[in-house]
Amino acid sequence: MQEIRFHGRGGQGAVIASRILAQALFLEGRYAQSFPTFGAERRGAPVAAFVRADDTFINIRSRVTKPDYVIVMAARLIESVAVTDGLKKGGLILINSDQPADSFNLGSATQSKSPPPYQIITINLNRIALEHKLGNKIMPLINAPVLGALAKVSGLVKPESLIQALPSFIPARLADNEKALRQAYETVINP
Amino acid sequence: MHKQAILLGSDAIAHGVRLSRPEVISAYPITPQTHIIETLSEMVDSGELKSQYIKVESEMSAIAAVLGSVSTGSRSFTASSSQGLAMMHEILHWVAGARLPLVLVNANRALGAPWNIWSDQSDSFSQRDTGWLQIYCETSQEALDTIIIAYKASEQLMLPIMVMIDGFILSHTMERLLVPDQQIVDDYLPAYKAPYRLDPDNSLTFGAAAHPDLFYELKKTFSETMTEALTVLDQCQEEFAQKFGRCYQPVMRCPEGDEKSNTALLCCGAMTGTVRVAVAELNKNGTPTDLIKLRLLRPFPNRELCEALKDKKQVIVLNRACSYGVGGTLSQEVRAALYNLPQRPLINDVMISLGGKEVFPETITEVVENREQLSSVECNWLDS
Repeated sequence: MQEIRFHGRGGQGAVIASRILAQALFLEGRYAQSFPTFGAERRGAPVAAFVRADDTFINIRSRVTKPDYVIVMAARLIESVAVTDGLKKGGLILINSDQPADSFNLGSATQSKSPPPYQIITINLNRIALEHKLGNKIMPLINAPVLGALAKVSGLVKPESLIQALPSFIPARLADNEKALRQAYETVINP
Repeated sequence: MHKQAILLGSDAIAHGVRLSRPEVISAYPITPQTHIIETLSEMVDSGELKSQYIKVESEMSAIAAVLGSVSTGSRSFTASSSQGLAMMHEILHWVAGARLPLVLVNANRALGAPWNIWSDQSDSFSQRDTGWLQIYCETSQEALDTIIIAYKASEQLMLPIMVMIDGFILSHTMERLLVPDQQIVDDYLPAYKAPYRLDPDNSLTFGAAAHPDLFYELKKTFSETMTEALTVLDQCQEEFAQKFGRCYQPVMRCPEGDEKSNTALLCCGAMTGTVRVAVAELNKNGTPTDLIKLRLLRPFPNRELCEALKDKKQVIVLNRACSYGVGGTLSQEVRAALYNLPQRPLINDVMISLGGKEVFPETITEVVENREQLSSVECNWLDS
């Protein structure tokens, strides 16, 4: 089973991104489960959403505490939310930021000189979203491109499956969302 | 025969309702049930579901509206949650007492105060004695299927059925399931033909007074029908299993459990999924544990539960509703049922969650690993 945890701000599209991902995994014939943290859906407030993927029905219903992948949709969340909590050894954290990966001091990883037990990858998704006029400067809509980047760095799902899943969740500006998703897939640097 | 889908729990339930072809729907929005009736209103608006959708100003009116519509012989549906279900309380008695077949979906949510939107089973357990059958569902598939089964059983019994799903835990979770085709549902669930109904051309008296002797007689019949309901529900579930390939029973042993173990966990609702994971882990790590899922709270399946637990030495009941001053409501039910056994297991009353307090697999494994320390007299509350 693969477990994914999205951290975002209310309005950024973390919950919708988790649903698109679940649908794309389903389209590839897998069992998937997606749910948000409940009750804090205020615009701008920290939110989390979870996806699980497996080849059989997923019984567990508690929130993801030991993710394989963590996605941080707003880099400044790192200051207030323990985003790497439980992140598995050999796991991966994808951060929406214009800063390089080695500029991030994440929790215990910085206490020692040894590299953190997980990969850190950054990509400027805000820029990609704005290039395709998705959202505005204050709140770029990055749920499609973030999934493109995740698909590339994780190999969890094909970008075609994500594109196939988009129309069920994104009724407007579909072509721009598709382009942003592909651009993030193609430009994210996978170290 | 069916379509593979990945749906939010609320949408899966709306499909279960759509496939059952209710002629009248009336409901009032309340978190976390709102998505169900929103999806249904969209289905009615698009013509996908041919039903009359009555907008109302409260839950009291919603249940009163469907009390009226089902009295005219129209298959009807309503849904609610928490304070909304509590507000329906008086009419819930009237629907059952009038022997009207109705299906209500309740998205389990805590009752205030303090204000809390998250899931527990206090709302529906509080309606235990209203004369409705109560069925608790573990998955969205089970919820969709149970709605269809509930209409069939309800109309055969002339008794209303409440179908429970955990608010948020099921309603707001997207998961994979099968949506049956309309044709196979139509084949299983024919149109409702009311044996008596409000009809201007054929006048009958509804809601008349009953003097003491008649009242007593009617309630005796009601109680007997409630007991027979187990047989009717079993038949409906058996026929469903044959047609749809999915089997449901009032008491279900989960395959993750060890049938021969002395210790069993018992729970109901969506939490069962997480408990399955914990039980598999316990059995793998040398702590044999059985797991029994209870689907039916009313009528209470006394005999089936005794059969499932007769060889156990310890039964740990995981509660998500409290009868304050006694303990877990489900534990009291289980104690009463197992009292009939010649050799009774120890029963531990555990308050595992209220108001959405999250249950992790570790929460369950800790309870079982420390089972020697559990009181069998007092309710066991977890350390916070």
